[in-house]
Amino acid sequence: MTLRDVINKLLGRQPASANTAKERLQLVLAHDRSDLNPELLQQMRREILEVVSRYVEIDLEEGDVTLETEDRVTALVANLPIRRAKLPPPPAEAAPALEANANS
Amino acid sequence: MAAASTRYILICSGKGGVGKTTLTANLGIALAKQGARTAVLDADFGLRNLDLLLGLENRIVYTAQEVLSESCRLEQALVKHKQEPNLALLPAGNPRMLEWLQPEDMQKIAAMLGEHFDYVLIDAPAGIEGGFKNAMAAAREAIVVTTPEVSAVRDADRVIGLLNSEGVKPIQLVLNRVRPKMMANQEMLAVSDVTDILALPLLGLVLEDEQVIVSTNRGEPLTLNGNGSPAARAYTNVARRLQGEDVPLIDPSKERQGIRATIGRLMQTKLF
Ligand SMILES: Nc1ncnc2c1ncn2[C@@H]1O[C@H](COP(=O)(O)OP(=O)(O)O)[C@@H](O)[C@H]1O
Ligand SMILES: [Mg+2]
Repeated sequence: MTLRDVINKLLGRQPASANTAKERLQLVLAHDRSDLNPELLQQMRREILEVVSRYVEIDLEEGDVTLETEDRVTALVANLPIRRAKLPPPPAEAAPALEANANS
Repeated sequence: MAAASTRYILICSGKGGVGKTTLTANLGIALAKQGARTAVLDADFGLRNLDLLLGLENRIVYTAQEVLSESCRLEQALVKHKQEPNLALLPAGNPRMLEWLQPEDMQKIAAMLGEHFDYVLIDAPAGIEGGFKNAMAAAREAIVVTTPEVSAVRDADRVIGLLNSEGVKPIQLVLNRVRPKMMANQEMLAVSDVTDILALPLLGLVLEDEQVIVSTNRGEPLTLNGNGSPAARAYTNVARRLQGEDVPLIDPSKERQGIRATIGRLMQTKLF
């Protein structure tokens, strides 16, 4: 955050538009580059949530699956806050990494 | 210089009106002045303008079309610049050429030019369709021109994707129509925003400059008569960097002087 941003905030002004431009661009380019259509992305999002919530209880309000891009590499980023692990423990083929991340 | 060392450079942008043709004309003159034998190829067959910006529109007899159909020799179609004889234009043919022109045709023309020139600059049309792909086929490397605006950057990104998939490299960026005051006020994407997003090395930074319009009125590129204006200096420096010279880039925030500029810089201080 720059001095200008702070002053704008204090005066209740809109933030400078360059930042907005950058954020909007990054978002739209992540989609352009991945060539995923929004419908497919939505479906993937639903299925990911479905799988994950089989093992842990996740905060659906806070959770998000988005595309992000850096250096022309697009990544699917899932940010899924875990409320608690589900009991009984998942079947043998479950990915252990998910449990390790649980902060309950 | 042997044909093998000829550099075939595509000048492209995706979006129209961002400054491709202006860059091609100015870069062509600047390279010629620096002693490089330079050909500029107008590959914008639909909306040709390179002849006009170079002031050569009245001297065209034959075009790329006659060269391809072998109704004239390459030398007959090339229009040599009077003041800078190291520079020659190969004019675009009739817009109807678009109906039959193939990427191989452009490769053929480029190869012919390569026998006589050190640089072949190809002024690409806007868009990412057939006309652009034809132009791209003639090139080995590319300069992507963009302005610090969301639509131009987005379109540039598309073009970079196509260039990457065709193996055109290196790809370098020229950021055009930069307004230091707007950048200082953070009402325009910063230079680093654009280079970060597009992940390309910056070959040049051209300020918004009224002299560009004056020069197009006259058909005399700014680089023709010295480096009197900011854009002229920028174009000349692009040419020098292309030739391998290490010329530092300007810092837009230093282009402004006085108390307002100082305050502007202060306001950009990162607090956290
Ligand atoms: N640095 C600049 N400062 C001011 N005007 C510019 C600058 N670069 C380009 N222009 C203007 O922008 C318009 C489009 O330029 P042009 O080179 O024809 O774009 P393109 O070939 O990409 O369609 C022209 O009117 C030109 O004079
Ligand atoms: Mg043009």
